[in-house]
Amino acid sequence: MYRYILKRIAFLIPTILGVTLIIYAVMNITPGDPGRAVLGPGTPQADIDAYNESVGYNDPFLVKYKNYVKKMVIDHDFGISYVTKQDVFKEIWPRYKVTLALSFMGVFLAALIGIPMGIKSAVNQYSLWDTIPSLAAFFLAAFPAFLLGLILLYIFCLWLNLLPSYWTGSFTGLIMPALAISIPPAAQNFRFTKSSMLEAIRQDYVRTARAKGVPERTVIWKHVLKNALLPVVTQVGLSLGSLICGAVVAEKIFSVAGIGSLIVDRITFKDEPIIIAGTILISICFTLVMLLVDIIYAFIDPRIRAKYTRTRG
Amino acid sequence: MENNTAAASPQGEFRRPSQAKEIWRRFKKSKGALIGLVLLVLYSQATTQDFANMLGTPSSEHFFGCDGFGRDIFARVIYGGRTSISIALIATVTSCLFGSMLGSIAGFFGGKVDTVIMRSLDIFMSVPDILFTMAVVYALGPNFVNLVIALTLAYFTNYVRLVRAQVLTLSEADYVEASRAGGAGSMRIILTHIIPNSVGVIIVNTTLNVAKIILYESTLSYLGLGMPPPAPEWGAMLSEAREFLRNSPHMMIFPAAAIVLTACAINLVGDGLRDALDPQLKS
Repeated sequence: MYRYILKRIAFLIPTILGVTLIIYAVMNITPGDPGRAVLGPGTPQADIDAYNESVGYNDPFLVKYKNYVKKMVIDHDFGISYVTKQDVFKEIWPRYKVTLALSFMGVFLAALIGIPMGIKSAVNQYSLWDTIPSLAAFFLAAFPAFLLGLILLYIFCLWLNLLPSYWTGSFTGLIMPALAISIPPAAQNFRFTKSSMLEAIRQDYVRTARAKGVPERTVIWKHVLKNALLPVVTQVGLSLGSLICGAVVAEKIFSVAGIGSLIVDRITFKDEPIIIAGTILISICFTLVMLLVDIIYAFIDPRIRAKYTRTRG
Repeated sequence: MENNTAAASPQGEFRRPSQAKEIWRRFKKSKGALIGLVLLVLYSQATTQDFANMLGTPSSEHFFGCDGFGRDIFARVIYGGRTSISIALIATVTSCLFGSMLGSIAGFFGGKVDTVIMRSLDIFMSVPDILFTMAVVYALGPNFVNLVIALTLAYFTNYVRLVRAQVLTLSEADYVEASRAGGAGSMRIILTHIIPNSVGVIIVNTTLNVAKIILYESTLSYLGLGMPPPAPEWGAMLSEAREFLRNSPHMMIFPAAAIVLTACAINLVGDGLRDALDPQLKS
């Protein structure tokens, strides 16, 4: 068990290094040098060259990458923003927390909406509890998250005048964007839970339990749910990926000061340090959540637990 | 192959129903799939026809109203469909080819090759898709080819896993075992057993992926990372519509409906294909 967890944690380091390498390499393709971007267009060429030399712009790629990672890990130094000339980490960190809050609210809402509805519709298959949510889920699967955001914005802000259309910095202001981004993953969770439940209901041990005369309620809660919800845990963890995708656009639509809107805004100004740092930080968070999902899974799935306790001795 | 014809010939009149006909018969059974197919066909026709009209005379009637620059929304929705759908189709095909290749290599050779491919894939998948595509489009510059490259890189990972899993399960199937025992080589097994048996799953996933990529591409263009501005794109139209949301919601409704209808149509076709190609999957 602990061996499994240790193994997963050990794999975390190459993963994070690989992720930063990919992002750094992709961003390295872009034309333009930091000297010109930081010092401004009017600066003499000699000054620009001197600046580039001082930040190590002319070093070979792998050396640059090594220095970048070293600075990142040791001093949280991601460089200086080309636009605001501020320290990137200081600029990003408060916004990072907002994005994380938004994404996790989204994960929570998506699980809260999707899973109970999936259970209900699998238990009452072919009833209205099944057909209506299934149709809705099918239809909602065709909506991109930003469109749902626009629709919510139109209904609640412009039509009903219930909420402000701009984020004021409060926690309650995150509810509407969180709702908008949680609907597509909620539909996914619903479909997934439903099919997982239906599969579990058809198993032999369920038939045996029913044949023994176990009350239907106990069959569902004890035999079906316990087995059906295992894969759902992974699904909920994976949905964080689509939630981050949604969060990037939802922040833009609802003017939330998160990392997504920052990256999108700075793309126009070619502010590379911000884009690289933002992407890396979000990817690291995503990697950590995946690790957490794997560990939780190992705890609740007796098969994985058994596999690792047996091979230990 | 020879065995089949040999078994059929003594009975004389017995003919195997063609695979394609059988699939079409099953596909037809689902009304939703047919509706989706009709929508897509209509759609592609409207696209070509209106494109011709647009180059002709600019008419005074605006079916869907005009946008902020006084441009006809109907024409832009139709023309935007061309861009979105062709990007989605090309990106789907390239990601499918690239991913299937890697996946079959990983699954078939196993061992170290498999570990290297799958571990690097894990790393690749740790970057959230949207950020990765944004970074690629930013680095290469937004245009048709680069969008296809970015979307391919974001989506090929699905196929690697899918095809690898298919190859792994299939190569343990009894009939593969039997044919190996009969002395068939790897090439023959791949060509006669593994490819024909995984095509169904791949086709179904490819169809459903087209819808996903369309949604994705519209998100990118909503963020201003799609085709450069004068080109009409559904996502870009919606981002223009956001400015005029209060007074002219019609600017939002039509491109939005176009996205949702297209994705719905493709999903219907995909679901129908799944039931037709792989009856085992149907619950």
